[in-house]
Amino acid sequence: MRGRQLLDVAGGVAWRQLHNAILNPTIFIPSLAFPLLNFAAFAGGLAKVRDVPGFEFNGSYTTFQFVFVLLQSAAFSGVFSGFGVARDFETGFTRRLLLAAPNRTGLVLGYAIASAVRWLITASIITAVAFAVGMQVGGNGVDLFGLYTLSLLVNFAGTLWATGVAMRIRSQQAGPVMQMPVFLALFFAPVYVPLALLRGWIHSVARVNPLTPVLEANRGLISGEPTHVLVAFSLGVGLVLLFAFWALGGLRRAEAAG
Amino acid sequence: MKALALQIASLARRSVIRTLRQPAAVFFPLVFPVLLLAVNSGGLRAATNLPGFPTDSFLAFALAVPFVQGGLFATGNAGIDLAKDIQTGFLNRLALTPMRGIALLAGELGGVMALGLIQAVFYLTIGLIFGVSLKSGLAGGLVLIALASLIVLGFAAFGAYAALRTGSTEAVNGLFPVFFIFLFISSMNLPRNLMTVAWFRYLATANPVSYLIEGVRSLVITGWDAEALALAFGVGLGIVVAGFSLAASALPERLGRT
Repeated sequence: MRGRQLLDVAGGVAWRQLHNAILNPTIFIPSLAFPLLNFAAFAGGLAKVRDVPGFEFNGSYTTFQFVFVLLQSAAFSGVFSGFGVARDFETGFTRRLLLAAPNRTGLVLGYAIASAVRWLITASIITAVAFAVGMQVGGNGVDLFGLYTLSLLVNFAGTLWATGVAMRIRSQQAGPVMQMPVFLALFFAPVYVPLALLRGWIHSVARVNPLTPVLEANRGLISGEPTHVLVAFSLGVGLVLLFAFWALGGLRRAEAAG
Repeated sequence: MKALALQIASLARRSVIRTLRQPAAVFFPLVFPVLLLAVNSGGLRAATNLPGFPTDSFLAFALAVPFVQGGLFATGNAGIDLAKDIQTGFLNRLALTPMRGIALLAGELGGVMALGLIQAVFYLTIGLIFGVSLKSGLAGGLVLIALASLIVLGFAAFGAYAALRTGSTEAVNGLFPVFFIFLFISSMNLPRNLMTVAWFRYLATANPVSYLIEGVRSLVITGWDAEALALAFGVGLGIVVAGFSLAASALPERLGRT
């Protein structure tokens, strides 16, 4: 009964979030435009970086950057979902939802499902664009399944992080608080060149950044040379669990605030 | 003439105070470009090993970008402030006074210009602190600040045009990513002669923002490059004239006196 209620609430919330996001271009387009813009700027404008001595990657620079952009779209799809949660608090919708929902954990699950579906749409478009501009893939079907699954874990983590912030601050002014740490975590990873080519402070930061093994594993999977896969999946699951507690803690705060 | 100066001064004072009273409007245009500079200069340091790269410091190469990015923030700030004045009816009340249109435009942009000046000095100081030396010397620093102010004025005029046309803060906010495309599809991360992807190089060459960046960059890494400076000031002036012409054409509709 409890499980059924959880799924009913999650389904309802997910449907509403998706309906709002897909039918409203001002919500959907930014989450698609930013990764595509980065892809164009990085894969197009920085292709020569592939010629830097010591650049070890089995594939083109387009492929190298596709992996980062895919991960970025996954994380930011989660952040953009958080904006929706904050907006619902401002309009009073979530407060009414808290009163009506028989299982409030379903709200968090619903947001996560909606964000994942939304990201899968974005990821399909980015993938199609990448193939259209000549991306080469060295990995097999299993590798690619691993690539998208790992990215999906990052999407869940991003959504749960942003939902936790939105439920604590309950205002759209929380936007930068949701966005900035995700932006920093992504860009403090080896975005433009492999980790071995980074020097100085950014190398030290990238080495301890949990997204670095995820990015490197994804690059290994797409090029057919899997590396750090177990570590990356462990980190992905760990981030999801950590931010699930964070989001549920936010939900309790929102309940307490009334 | 004296009345016009008084009108501009009154509105500019209000605009400056309003801008400085919004911490978010000051904080993000200052901090975000510096963060991006830190990330890119760390991550792309290896690019200086490419044959033909014009300097051995990527920080010096990339220092030009925040000056133009600051201009893009000015688009948003100017537009949002003016759109707020339209939405709250302030502009309608002004229409009842003998205030001249040109005074309104010049005055409304006062706050953004003040912030632009603060931004330029801030970015330059950050660069100097982290070891960048201006090849054009102290005089070059002053020219750089003048060029940065021109860039801010030009983009702010476009922001004002967007606000006058739409009268909506949401619509102005939506324009922000569009202006960002100009920054990303430019020579912000690599010199145009090192771009190997043809379509990107063509777009970057056709993009006026490339010439703004290259003008600022020439003062930092080259010294006195007459061609780069003439192009940058020419493009900057062109943007100012185009922006103000468009804004002036949209103004009569908003200041309709019956």
